[in-house]
Amino acid sequence: MAIDTETVRKIAFLSRLRIENSKIEETEKEFNHILDWIEQLNDVDTDNVEPLESVNDEALSLREDVVCEGNQRDEVLQNAPDAAYGYFVVPKVVE
Amino acid sequence: MSDLTRLTVGEAKKGLDKKAFSAEELTRAYLKKMEENRRLNAFVEEVPEKALAQARAADEKYARGEAGALEGIPLGIKDLFCTKGIKTTACSHILDGFVPPYESTVTEKLLEAGAVFLGKLNMDEFAMGGSNETSYYGPAINPWKAQGSNADLVPGGSSGGSAAAVAAEMCAAATGTDTGGSIRQPAAFCGVTGLKPTYGRCSRYGIVAFASSLDQAGPIAKDVSDCALLLNAMAGYDPKDSTSSKRAVPDFTAVLEQSVKGLKIGVPAEYRPEGLNPEAVSCWDKGIEMLRASGAEIVPISLPHTKYALAVYYIIAPAEASSNLARYDGIRYGLRVPGNSLDELYINTRTEGFGPEVRRRIMIGTYVLSAGYYDAYYLKAQKVRRLIRNDFIEAFKKCDVILTPTAPTDAFPLGDKSMSENPINMWLNDVFTVSVNLAGLPALSLPAGLSSRGLPLGLQLIGRAFDEETVLKTAYALEKEINFERK
Amino acid sequence: MAEYVIETPKGKWEIVCGLEIHCQIISKSKIYSGASTAFGAEVNEHVSFVDAGMPGMLPTLNRECVHQAVKTGIGLRAKINKYSNFSRKNYFYADLPQGYQITQFAYPIVGEGEVLIDLAGGQTKSIGIERMHIEQDAGKSIHDIDPKKSFIDLNRAGVGLMEIVTKPDFRAPEEAGAFLKKLRSILRYLGTCDGNMDEGSMRCDVNVSVRPYGSDELRTRCEMKNVNSIKFVMQAIENEARRHVDIYESGGTVAQETRHFDPLTGQTKVMRKKEFAHDYRYFPEPDLAPLVLTDDYINQVRSELPELPDEKKERFVSQLGLTPYDAVVICENKETADFFEKAAAGHDAKKVANWFMGDFFGMLNEKKLELKESPVSAENLGRLVELVSQNVINGKTAKEVFAIMAETGENPEKIVEEKGLKQVTDTSAIEAVIDEVLAAAPENVAAYKGGKQGLFGWFVGQVMKASKGKANPGIVNQLLKEKLG
Repeated sequence: MAIDTETVRKIAFLSRLRIENSKIEETEKEFNHILDWIEQLNDVDTDNVEPLESVNDEALSLREDVVCEGNQRDEVLQNAPDAAYGYFVVPKVVE
Repeated sequence: MSDLTRLTVGEAKKGLDKKAFSAEELTRAYLKKMEENRRLNAFVEEVPEKALAQARAADEKYARGEAGALEGIPLGIKDLFCTKGIKTTACSHILDGFVPPYESTVTEKLLEAGAVFLGKLNMDEFAMGGSNETSYYGPAINPWKAQGSNADLVPGGSSGGSAAAVAAEMCAAATGTDTGGSIRQPAAFCGVTGLKPTYGRCSRYGIVAFASSLDQAGPIAKDVSDCALLLNAMAGYDPKDSTSSKRAVPDFTAVLEQSVKGLKIGVPAEYRPEGLNPEAVSCWDKGIEMLRASGAEIVPISLPHTKYALAVYYIIAPAEASSNLARYDGIRYGLRVPGNSLDELYINTRTEGFGPEVRRRIMIGTYVLSAGYYDAYYLKAQKVRRLIRNDFIEAFKKCDVILTPTAPTDAFPLGDKSMSENPINMWLNDVFTVSVNLAGLPALSLPAGLSSRGLPLGLQLIGRAFDEETVLKTAYALEKEINFERK
Repeated sequence: MAEYVIETPKGKWEIVCGLEIHCQIISKSKIYSGASTAFGAEVNEHVSFVDAGMPGMLPTLNRECVHQAVKTGIGLRAKINKYSNFSRKNYFYADLPQGYQITQFAYPIVGEGEVLIDLAGGQTKSIGIERMHIEQDAGKSIHDIDPKKSFIDLNRAGVGLMEIVTKPDFRAPEEAGAFLKKLRSILRYLGTCDGNMDEGSMRCDVNVSVRPYGSDELRTRCEMKNVNSIKFVMQAIENEARRHVDIYESGGTVAQETRHFDPLTGQTKVMRKKEFAHDYRYFPEPDLAPLVLTDDYINQVRSELPELPDEKKERFVSQLGLTPYDAVVICENKETADFFEKAAAGHDAKKVANWFMGDFFGMLNEKKLELKESPVSAENLGRLVELVSQNVINGKTAKEVFAIMAETGENPEKIVEEKGLKQVTDTSAIEAVIDEVLAAAPENVAAYKGGKQGLFGWFVGQVMKASKGKANPGIVNQLLKEKLG
């Protein structure tokens, strides 16, 4: 399943990463190298094998519906690169 | 008092209990070592003032007879653990200046046990790497050197700073995390002992996530007994981590002296592929003989899907990482590189903030989850993951613990071309360790001898889920036989 | 109800429409964190480190959100899935701090179900529910503070949502409207969502396509996100369907796209197209194990369920004798139905219903009062109807008494007593009045007997007047007939 330049661009955008035009080809080659290596999994017969989502076989434990966090706006905002009036601030979002 | 740093955690605790020296003296000795060895770049953040304050508080506890299990023991903390009020960056540019307003559960438990934190330890960026070279702060350096060479060697990774710091006695012990071998491989490279507990044994709350279904915290220490002591403090159910186990936590030190007589040691054929470094093989064979001599029974076993583990790992780990690292977007914390639109801000920030290996894995992960490829890659990997786990379940019907080499080689030089030019070569370092994470099992690496270059080689013991005790007692028995001389 | 057909000179078309409704779950804390869900807090005050997507933070599932979802599922007559799991839906947005939404994808907590909608003329129609899953809400972006910046408030981020997906069963805008009303009614009965569309606690996405009338093909559909009132949903369906018809009839094709409904113009317009289409990269959430429910648990929840509008309606019709229409109207709102039931207890329910839906609601509307603010209590309304039934007062007097009740909140018996409004049912007293009236008007008596039957009403009026309106009209009629032969 070789991937092409367009796919590399799409994946980069979905990842919100920039690949300079001069690096696209190199990235594409590297990707295909890795994917070729991963292809070895096709040798494994996985018919009738259930996918393993978690090695943890204990039942999910649920939290009681109690308010125990919050009212800590200063801590929530203390690391923000830009905050004002209690909000996080970002460039204008065009809907 | 300079040899205070020579003491293991167990020995230091005894000394503190007897008031042979104070916690402050012990901490000062380590702080001195930390300064002397800055060249190793093991610490990325030093907090000597806080450490001394904690040490003095520990001394008061000793005076009042209220000392905890690790009271006054100076530890280094991998930079992946969020530490309240102490900068935490996962050694990534993107978390520049991030100071968590909360404490990870594991470090919280260590603090409750009385531990002193000396600072934050170097690591591969977001724990992605096997040599510590992907750290934004530059690589930590292995205190060991090959005979007749002055070349700097890698400490392994991702917990490279942890292993280097423990080996160079810059801290009494350290925390690490292990997603595909990140505790065990650096422990092997630096000649120290590292334990990756069963998935769910320690809480992941407050540990910067890499691959959530694989990540697990554990100790890196000077010996097996210290690993048990530290795990006692680190382990336990945490309501803040839904994947942490509710099973009772035993006293891991209680079993160390138990005999391994009659214990069945599994030796997997698949871990002896053709072309495996003969030194790794002979080190392994020696370990097998030692256990046999101690009365253990050696059982040949098969883990047939071993060779697919790396490929499975390099689908699942990047997939989870691509999602876990989406939160680093320049809005709420860390680096922000401005842009004219929100997307531009995201792209600028993330492109500049993440290093090449992290960007590579995010993109691979994004790809394998994307529409049209999910079944071929991610779902396939999950299925093979089950087969790998089933291999272990079958094997443990025949044996109690499995012995293998930790890594295929000893430590390699910084900037090794074959690794930097082909990422898969770097990934191959994890070939003996990743299966354990995929199956969620506990495993320990202990130093087992030196290569012909005079560098440490590690052996790995793998146990049944939640049976760290058998792993520890076997390792303890082996450790006595090997009698490895720490750096 | 008449079929809804879009008819043009070129042909006949029908609508195929489905809805996706996001309903905020009523719970104290958020679905994956312990921060409060209370509305109206200061900016970013109800935000935990989990909600803010801080490094190393992990979700923990709120028991109450599961409970509410199961209740809702049962209320939607749906299959409750004993096994469900959580998935991450990955996309970047300023008000989605983790960069993914924890939702349910392959295995939702609730499977197929149905909702009966009440249509004009007492008809009902079953609308299929495809599934319902639980997930987290996003934060809010504020765009009007600064021309170049947006401001992010995460108070809403992580509030639990139920997303209900219907089958494409709607064939008319009115059906969608009736569905939303009914769904809101069910959710409010259950107490799982307050259903306020104007406050955004219930939000509706509308999928619309059209096809030639009578065919069973499925054509390209367009989705309109966040249409925030029942009226707008109906309008959006109508106008979007017209747009499709126009496109097809002029030889074009409809593009599958997400459109925005503009409440000011009533029209839909395409939203900005992204460079690349969304690719949400769903995968199982590794931080939460699958959710496993037991039969015992589900049965326990089932046993806690209140009577729902359909059952109540059914009971009001079969046991209380209400018309289906009255029952539907009264049962839409639980408070209304409860008030009615209290008023009707021990009295003639049908008569109470007439009073309730007529004079009583007329009075509330006039006074602009909510039901709970009514000066007339349910018991007093019942007593008033009872006074009429028992012939203590007649209908006309009852209206006077009701007007006094609406002003004073007094007990009707007391009002009747104090004002001496009790009607006369004593036949001898009425007979005496009739005799007086007849004696005073011999010419009219003769005329009536001579065949002028129309005078009967005049005699009744005279008798009532002479009794100051207190004579029972039925008895007056009867006695008059006897006397006049």
